[in-house]
Amino acid sequence: MTGADALAKCLQNEHVEYVFGYPGVAIAPFFNSILDTDIKTVLVRQEQNAAHSANGYARATGKVGVAAVTSGPGATNIITGIATAFADSIPIVVITGQVKSSLVGSDVFQEADICGACESFVKYSYILRDARDIPRIMKEAFYIANSGRRGPVLIDIPIDVQQEEIKDFKYPEEAKLRTYKPTVQGNTVQIKKVFARLKEAKRPIICVGGGVHLARAVEAVRTFADNNRIPVVCTMMGIGVMKSNDPMFFGMVGNNGNSYGNRAMNEADMIIMVGARVADRSISQPDLITENKTLVHIDVDPAEIGKNAGPEIPLVGDIASVFEVFNQQKCDSEYTEWVDRLKAYKKETEDKKLQKLLERVRKSSTVTPEEFIIELCQNMKDDAIYVADVGQNQMWSCGNYIMRNGRFFTSGGMGTMGYSIPAALGAKLADPRKQVVAVIGDGAFQMCFMELATMRQYGVPVKIAVIKNGWLGLVRQYQHFTYKDRFSVTDLSGSPELDKIAEAYGMKYIKLSNNSEMAEKLDDFLEKDESILMEVTVDPSEIA
Amino acid sequence: MKRIYSCLVENRSGVLAKVAGLFWRRCFNIDSLTVGETEDKTVSNMVIVSSGDERTLEQIEKQLNKKLDIIKVKTFDESEGITQELVLVKIRYNRDNRKDIMENCQIMGARIVDLSKSMMTIKMCDTPERVQMFLDTLKSIRIVELARTGTLAITKIKEQGDEK
Repeated sequence: MTGADALAKCLQNEHVEYVFGYPGVAIAPFFNSILDTDIKTVLVRQEQNAAHSANGYARATGKVGVAAVTSGPGATNIITGIATAFADSIPIVVITGQVKSSLVGSDVFQEADICGACESFVKYSYILRDARDIPRIMKEAFYIANSGRRGPVLIDIPIDVQQEEIKDFKYPEEAKLRTYKPTVQGNTVQIKKVFARLKEAKRPIICVGGGVHLARAVEAVRTFADNNRIPVVCTMMGIGVMKSNDPMFFGMVGNNGNSYGNRAMNEADMIIMVGARVADRSISQPDLITENKTLVHIDVDPAEIGKNAGPEIPLVGDIASVFEVFNQQKCDSEYTEWVDRLKAYKKETEDKKLQKLLERVRKSSTVTPEEFIIELCQNMKDDAIYVADVGQNQMWSCGNYIMRNGRFFTSGGMGTMGYSIPAALGAKLADPRKQVVAVIGDGAFQMCFMELATMRQYGVPVKIAVIKNGWLGLVRQYQHFTYKDRFSVTDLSGSPELDKIAEAYGMKYIKLSNNSEMAEKLDDFLEKDESILMEVTVDPSEIA
Repeated sequence: MKRIYSCLVENRSGVLAKVAGLFWRRCFNIDSLTVGETEDKTVSNMVIVSSGDERTLEQIEKQLNKKLDIIKVKTFDESEGITQELVLVKIRYNRDNRKDIMENCQIMGARIVDLSKSMMTIKMCDTPERVQMFLDTLKSIRIVELARTGTLAITKIKEQGDEK
């Protein structure tokens, strides 16, 4: 058995279904050995997208996504995908081929120090120097990626290590790491403190982040909020933790959040941050957040607590297990007055918003983006997966997405353009029965539309709505406000005709040009489980 | 504020780069860093002295603990530890200042370990403050070469039962 055979066998032992990748000589032994397993391979069209597809797969399944690429440019191309997974704590294992061990460090053809390059955005990385270490390292890699605060693990394997003969393959039953023991149980004293403080609080609020999804604690958090009648807001990564129609839910906070969500955060006297990093995009002045309120910060990563704001009650632990303990008791306090106040804010804002929106819909000769997102969500299947890209489309998606029983994915931490199509591809492969919709702008589309070929090759029917305004909308908007319409390098003239792109990739194409035809076109778009490209014409002056 | 982080780390290639990279990426200061093997060949001891405000110093400890190659981090202030530093300094001397230098060496407990007609190398091993104090006495003299180890530190022995 060779090292490459062992690698493939390890993946089998980890019940890996798909490897997303792009071959080259340095990873050829691995892609040769994988043919002897039942693991399916997906050839993406650019390495970065292998990591994004693995990312979408991981988010849809809760399992580790796997990507494998070659050395040098293959490895450097996947860096953005690794960084994207790191910023959102998504468990993926990335295998990169490397030049022969004896040549490492001599700048030979297609050599890159990928572990060095990725050090600050991997959870851990390995350079495999001895094929006998493969089973142990693979076991560790999968364990590290999908435990504690999840994240990407990189394994760099020189070609000669893949070719090396080994005897006695034995896959370890568990990873033994003396340096890594993530905290799972929350500290009992701290948990008691949270309840004691909740009893005194008049205006508590829960702010949920992506960590709640990662810990698979959505139900537990919903139960806690419901049991104790505490209102909930979310960060961008926390979208979907609460159902949109939950009366205790007050939307997304932050720069691009709802005014009533932010107001709720400002007026609260106790904030329970759950699996969120209190970063600049959701909390404008993290250091001031504790001024007149108690901050409780619950996170599995101790380093996250106190990094941006010093909490009064830090609580380290796996969110699911912490909330399981929380849910064994109830806080008798009533926050009716507070909740009613928030509901009034919400109603007032929503009513105004709706009125404005209706007027815009009536006046607009193109598609009103917010209305489009609302209609799309209302017509999607109840449990559909919605993948938002980055840019204005992301803002419109976050602000108007309707959560029922589906999932919402986006590149929240890194804000990587071109994430949605490959991630949607990974999600659809993970769960072929589900409807998967990617919403993307025409800028990001041109960063990843090569993956339409992958969709066609493997028969992965993803629905893609391209919000087209001919500009890099979010930057254009920034230039509109900041530089008084001095637009620089944001005009996308020269972009291809999307109908021809769709035709070239054998996809059905729909054009939605104005609001009046929205219902009919959306029916066409969503009706069948097929790959379909919808061009949605939006005026460039629309503000997100 | 200064703080000392005494880290037991896996004795593997790349670990020093990973730890140094962490300080660089997160804009933490390194006042000094020393590494050496421990009694267990698979484990090295890395002593890092850093300075910053309270939140930064706390973040350093948390981020170090997060590194998978770090087995254990002991964090303490200078007053809680025994700190030592070794310095080797090569100087050019003349008839006029030779006596002064020798006297200073004697007062400070430094030793001359190499000597020629015009140059000498002095060795001193003491607390970082005393090492600095000694180096200050050489300010008026031409230093040809200087090498310092950086601070080595170990926590003070406390009452029995505290030490494992």
